[in-house]
Amino acid sequence: MPSQPRAPLLRMSKAAMPHDCNHAHQGSRAVTPRIDMPRPEFTSRTPVLLVLWPLLAAIAVSSCAPSTPVAGQVELLNVSYDPTRALYEDINQAFAADIRSRSGVEVVISQSHGGSAKQARSVLDGLEADVVTLALGHDIDALAANQLLAADWQTRLPHNSAPYTSTVVFLVRKGNPQRIQDWPDLVRAGVGVVTPNPKTSGGARWNYLAAWSYAMRQPGADETRALAFVAALFANVRVLDSGARGATTTFVERGIGDVLLAWESEALLARDELGAGAFDIVMPSLSILAEPTVAVVDRVSARHGTEAMARQYLEFLYTPAAQEIIARHHYRPRDPQVAARHAGQFPELQLVSIADLGGWEAAHRAHFADGASFDRIYLK
Amino acid sequence: MIGPDRRYRIARSALILGALSVAGLFLVLPLLIVLSGAIAKGWSLYLASISEPDALAALRLTLTVTAIAVPLNLVFGVVAAWCIAKFEFPGRSALITLIDLPLAVSPVISGLIYVLLFGAQGLLGPWLGEAGFRVIFAVPGIVLATIFVTFPFVARELIPVMQAQGRDHEEAALSLGASGWQTFWRVTLPNIKWGLLYGVILCNARAMGEFGAVSVVSGHIRGKTNTLPLHVEILYNEYQHTAAFAVASLLVLLALLTLVAKTWVEARAHRDRHPDPIVQPDEELP
Repeated sequence: MPSQPRAPLLRMSKAAMPHDCNHAHQGSRAVTPRIDMPRPEFTSRTPVLLVLWPLLAAIAVSSCAPSTPVAGQVELLNVSYDPTRALYEDINQAFAADIRSRSGVEVVISQSHGGSAKQARSVLDGLEADVVTLALGHDIDALAANQLLAADWQTRLPHNSAPYTSTVVFLVRKGNPQRIQDWPDLVRAGVGVVTPNPKTSGGARWNYLAAWSYAMRQPGADETRALAFVAALFANVRVLDSGARGATTTFVERGIGDVLLAWESEALLARDELGAGAFDIVMPSLSILAEPTVAVVDRVSARHGTEAMARQYLEFLYTPAAQEIIARHHYRPRDPQVAARHAGQFPELQLVSIADLGGWEAAHRAHFADGASFDRIYLK
Repeated sequence: MIGPDRRYRIARSALILGALSVAGLFLVLPLLIVLSGAIAKGWSLYLASISEPDALAALRLTLTVTAIAVPLNLVFGVVAAWCIAKFEFPGRSALITLIDLPLAVSPVISGLIYVLLFGAQGLLGPWLGEAGFRVIFAVPGIVLATIFVTFPFVARELIPVMQAQGRDHEEAALSLGASGWQTFWRVTLPNIKWGLLYGVILCNARAMGEFGAVSVVSGHIRGKTNTLPLHVEILYNEYQHTAAFAVASLLVLLALLTLVAKTWVEARAHRDRHPDPIVQPDEELP
């Protein structure tokens, strides 16, 4: 910045000083005896520019930015869980094009992503979601318990309001140096496991329940032994990230751990796109049927007047076009024809469903509530 | 035998080398990594990353929030520092502690305070919600959180300056018939201006870079409530490393501008404290 010529320290003058425009009080006080004082150098323009430059920059950037939404356009906010960013970017584009061609209405869908439980918490705290597309039904139940939507929300759409499924698989380093084949290998000494925290991450809850289900199905199993098994597994956990995407980054980018307990979709993404050739996927003998669920948030969409559009948006997820996008993003589609086309990507394996565990409420109370099994093994 | 002179020079060089290598390793190297990561895949991708609509929206939001928070903190800071430095009143030390509070608590807690206060389940949230006014997960919440974490910077810079000056000049001006405003503009402000600018610059830097508190109240709606630091995290988590570094380089650029401004202010302040003795004001006044 060029330095300004310094103003004289003293200025003797009877007339109003040029910098008096700084404040309006001056004119009405003309009768006050005038005293001459050092002229404030603050009138030099540079420091003022210095203070105001964010303001000026903001104006400059705003002027070249896209304008605010046009009237007649419908806006939806989809609050979703961590790894679905790319999926919903594609879905949103397809949906907007579909609506535009059929009715000429312009739909703009905003996205917000984070750990599933944290996102549900934000919606409870006032994040204005027209629809929620979360990792598990329990998080949407929490919204229903606070009257944000009807308690029977899960029956409003086909397949338990889960337009696609996924499961939990093992992602290991290329060539599987630790020879990890199934769940028991994860509790071996020296095997580093990466999984997110079941307290904050929906994906992590599926991981935890998959391990638990495996342990409960071994000969002579009971709750004590199953608890000992998951305790041994979590003793091997190197990093407990808060969300599924963070855990994938820890394993893939930072190279921590020997095995990542991951959504099948995240594992396929990591194997085929991120570190092509650096990872292998191991299918355990038994895993869990993860059903990420979707729902219209009645109270918010009613206030926005977007119920019809929000419902259409979620119904669109079940159409063959959307199911194809879903399969391309490595989630298991519900549509049998689309599923057949992508069968090579999704091998069959024995899957336990949340109903086998007595439903989310029971599973939550037994494992993830304060003082439940996860706290007992992890806080020790 | 090595003479004391020689030993002194060796020690000096070792210390300088040590300081420079630490600074290089922990300050300059990460900066270079950010910048090289940003242009790793060519300038066209760099330009595309920073002119992408979500990145522009994040930049606009960051600058808007800064443009609101900094002037407000400028006013609050001057008022608070004035009260504390020039007057004795009951609760004065409590006020000093309160001003330091944002520095003491974790930024995440600062954000959470506003969620608990203005959230839909919070104290004022339901009432504000009915009035159709949204605070958290919208721009007002981000502004509030930013004001909270940047509150101490201006006041903290000004209090020692104002205390050192005492009240003599202002009392003289007032007794000579100057109005309150005149006294402020012509006596107080010229004396504190460099401290004030310095505080504003620090405040500005923190306001643009704040992550924790803003992350809690933002809601992370892309293109709407994501500031630049939040946008960098999103891009990084999406495996768009080049774009993440490109947007981070914008933040670096803003930081460098701030640094240049700070250096300039320090130089000017130094010159003001040691002026060329041409005119001595005290002798000239009748």
